[in-house]
Amino acid sequence: MSSQSDFQFPEAVRTRSRFRNPIGKFRVNRTGDCIACGKCVEICPHGVHVERRGRVFVENNYLCVGTECPEPCYKTCPVQALSVRRNPVFDTLGDFRWTNELLAGTWYMAEFGEPPPAGLEYKVGNSGGGFDKLRLIFKGNGSRLEDIDLNLELNRRNDNAHRIRIEFPVYGGGMSYGSVSVTTMVSRARAAAALGTFSCTGEGGYPDELKPYDDHMITQVATGLFGVKEETIQRVKIVEFKYAQGAKPGLGGHLLGDKVTPGVARMREAVVGYPLFSPFPFHSVYSVEDHKKHVDWIKSINPKALVSVKVSTPTDVDMVAVGSYYAGAHIIHLDGSYGGTGAAPDIAKKNIAMPIEYAVPKVHRFLQEEGVRDKMTVIASGGIRTPHDVAKIIALGADGVCTGTADLVALECVRCQNCESGRGCARGIATTDPELSELMNIEWGTQRIINMYLAWRKELIRILKKLGMKSIKELTGRADCLIHLDYM
Amino acid sequence: MPSKYMIHTKPVPNRFQPVSKSGIIAWEEGCLKCAVCVKKRCVYNVYDRRGIDSHHMIESIDNLCMNCYSCVQNCPKELIHKSLNPEFNAMGDSHWSPPIIVRLWNQSQTGKIPVSGAGYPGPFSGPGFDSMWTDMSEIVRPTRDGIHGREYISTAVDLGKTPEHLIFNGSDTLEGEPPSIIDIPLPIILKMPSFGAISTNTIKGWAMGARRLGTLIALPMKKIDSVLEDRGDCLMPLVLPKGTSVGNIPKNAKIIEIPWTEGWQEVVEDIKGCFPNLFVSVRIPMAEGMEEKALSLARGGISIIHLEGSLMSRFMDNNARNLKDGIRSVHIKLVEENIRDGVTLLASGGLAMAEHVAKAIICGADTVFVDFPILIALECRMCRRCTKGLSCPVQIDTASPNWVASRVVNLIGAWHNQLIEVMGAMGIRDARRLRGEVGRAMFFDDMDRTAFESMGQVEEGCELE
Repeated sequence: MSSQSDFQFPEAVRTRSRFRNPIGKFRVNRTGDCIACGKCVEICPHGVHVERRGRVFVENNYLCVGTECPEPCYKTCPVQALSVRRNPVFDTLGDFRWTNELLAGTWYMAEFGEPPPAGLEYKVGNSGGGFDKLRLIFKGNGSRLEDIDLNLELNRRNDNAHRIRIEFPVYGGGMSYGSVSVTTMVSRARAAAALGTFSCTGEGGYPDELKPYDDHMITQVATGLFGVKEETIQRVKIVEFKYAQGAKPGLGGHLLGDKVTPGVARMREAVVGYPLFSPFPFHSVYSVEDHKKHVDWIKSINPKALVSVKVSTPTDVDMVAVGSYYAGAHIIHLDGSYGGTGAAPDIAKKNIAMPIEYAVPKVHRFLQEEGVRDKMTVIASGGIRTPHDVAKIIALGADGVCTGTADLVALECVRCQNCESGRGCARGIATTDPELSELMNIEWGTQRIINMYLAWRKELIRILKKLGMKSIKELTGRADCLIHLDYM
Repeated sequence: MPSKYMIHTKPVPNRFQPVSKSGIIAWEEGCLKCAVCVKKRCVYNVYDRRGIDSHHMIESIDNLCMNCYSCVQNCPKELIHKSLNPEFNAMGDSHWSPPIIVRLWNQSQTGKIPVSGAGYPGPFSGPGFDSMWTDMSEIVRPTRDGIHGREYISTAVDLGKTPEHLIFNGSDTLEGEPPSIIDIPLPIILKMPSFGAISTNTIKGWAMGARRLGTLIALPMKKIDSVLEDRGDCLMPLVLPKGTSVGNIPKNAKIIEIPWTEGWQEVVEDIKGCFPNLFVSVRIPMAEGMEEKALSLARGGISIIHLEGSLMSRFMDNNARNLKDGIRSVHIKLVEENIRDGVTLLASGGLAMAEHVAKAIICGADTVFVDFPILIALECRMCRRCTKGLSCPVQIDTASPNWVASRVVNLIGAWHNQLIEVMGAMGIRDARRLRGEVGRAMFFDDMDRTAFESMGQVEEGCELE
């Protein structure tokens, strides 16, 4: 990838919802009074109404922007046959972090590859703190530069390992085979390849279906060592140690026996139907010195590999980060406490470890004071939902981000939180059930994820232009580009 | 080391249909009668499993629905919708919120730790205990693996005064009396809530539950009679300073509690005169001046002090101050005065989730009281009809003692496992070591300012996004 200086991003291709009735904020109702004059079809800029065989239908309710519409159909209709009201289903969706507006906004981006039109809040959620209280602050007129670069060099140690550049400051966080379907994994990998970035296998083996994308894969070595082989480590350019996961820091993983299907068992070299425990912590690592042995082990198997260390965010996360640097890691990946998971105790998701918004500035400052900040790539994850979250966390001190949940939302996850129950995700995303996995196909999934990131890219370029910056690298650590609504 | 403490839970069915957050609305009008209706294709077979609860004439479908929206999004005539259930959001109040109530119901039903997929969906932080996070250990510090059973994490705590040191004579035997303490296997004491459709059977059930758990239940003296036939050793009678004859205290009770009054010394002397070995806890309201009260009790030889906060987890006299701050303040005062190890600090008031137990202990409590959760375990909806003399919608007073006990054991069993989870992540192996360990917690007030206070400046003409 490092040689592809003239990298071309793919085109957005409109990719509609898999479902017959996509959910939007508004519903348009047409009464029998309609005279099929076609006026609404003509004026609606969003294609809500269609005309077919002399009759007019409301076909795309979900695209209606309601009261934000400059020339609303319900006012223009000559016979007052149209009315618009808020969709009650919309109000049952979403939560504080991923509000219904963020979900719908992300679905829009995944369909069109563009940020949504007015009327949908796609920049912040409603959690009342952190990202949702931070705002980017623009002074002056910005720049007129055309060539904004968003790429990121991942090897900043300048050692013998690969020089890897990602074209976009986002790569895919680890989601294992078992927690998501092969279709989801392959969709993410293909999207990563198309966008010039990476995706990660998670802890659960390296399915053969991912082989064509080896150059865009990160493989994970986590505490259970499931599916870790010399061969899988040698196949990739980046190896990630997962010390902890933000959603369940300090706790091990537990894959229920029901989930250990023949496919999962083969991949993890385990027995069908028996539960699998991923312990906590690595029982071979109780100090930075032990940690260095781990890194050396990977480097002896694959000397060219970049080593990423994924950690959660305890109070001494800054010590962990600097320890990782001295152990020889290239990337310190901080996974904040509000990050995603296939299953975790609610008490851990809410309470254990600190949100990523606190951890990044802490680590950034500490690495600077230690004089090694420019030798280390800092990647942030755990609650990155929007391009604005990306810009904010980079301004707080990260170089780039990892995402997971946003990809799943692009694949039409509704955040029902039932990933772990029964046969798994009823929408066919986070499941290994063969029948449910059929609910989605790879081409569709790939394009939806590509579209979403193309929209993110557009937003990031727009933000950088407004800030008068030429490169995303200029934004790192520029906390002066942010304000917090509580401390204005 | 004592033998491993385990709470045995087993599913205990609800007696009533729970209140669900949203409901399914499906119209028949305009139905195309598709060969394979979307309702037939429900992954969870909700439409096949649905039924009418004949006793209460309530549809069960809304409690079966898992919110995947597949039927809503696939019906060709868009006849299926979901909508919010107003009854859900009307439950409880700002502290005893609907999600907390529902989670307590689930734990009491299953006895299991609430586990779910996807990241935390809630607010960034909140008042009181929601403004702190617990720590975890990573690479540079060891953790403890308690939940999968490879390491034993003890949740046992002692009530009473532990001596600063022991003295042995020449023949290696203890000089003087051995220290006297009450040890309970987990830092939770049950307490009868201040309202509820509570019958004699309910109290009997709670006492049975307390005994199965190996802990105590605090009850007003006048309710003691209803459970005296059960052994009194799991009871903690709440005695009024006047008007209660000391003779009514059950013979085998180990501990009683009296409220703070001026002249508490006399009351304690009276009690100690009849029951020299009885532990006496003194309850002080969490309010202005409590630090001095606690200090005078500790100096006066009282070994157990109960700080009582409000139902909403606030100060009794100030709604703006939280239980968390009150516990910290008293704890720090006792530490500063060098007397902290001479007393056991109990805290109560609005503890509603397992995490509150761990956080109260981190703030400086030794043990906490759990009151309304043991009522919500019995399907209470915190509607407060009982306080107006109206009937209980879930007829708590008619529940059998056995059902009550099993629900409470399930709830506390789930809480115990969650306590072990957070302790393991913190690398703490003994609940007694967690007390006052604020180094294993992170506080919103410190962290938010440090991270965000000195950033950009708003200037004229700037634009925020």
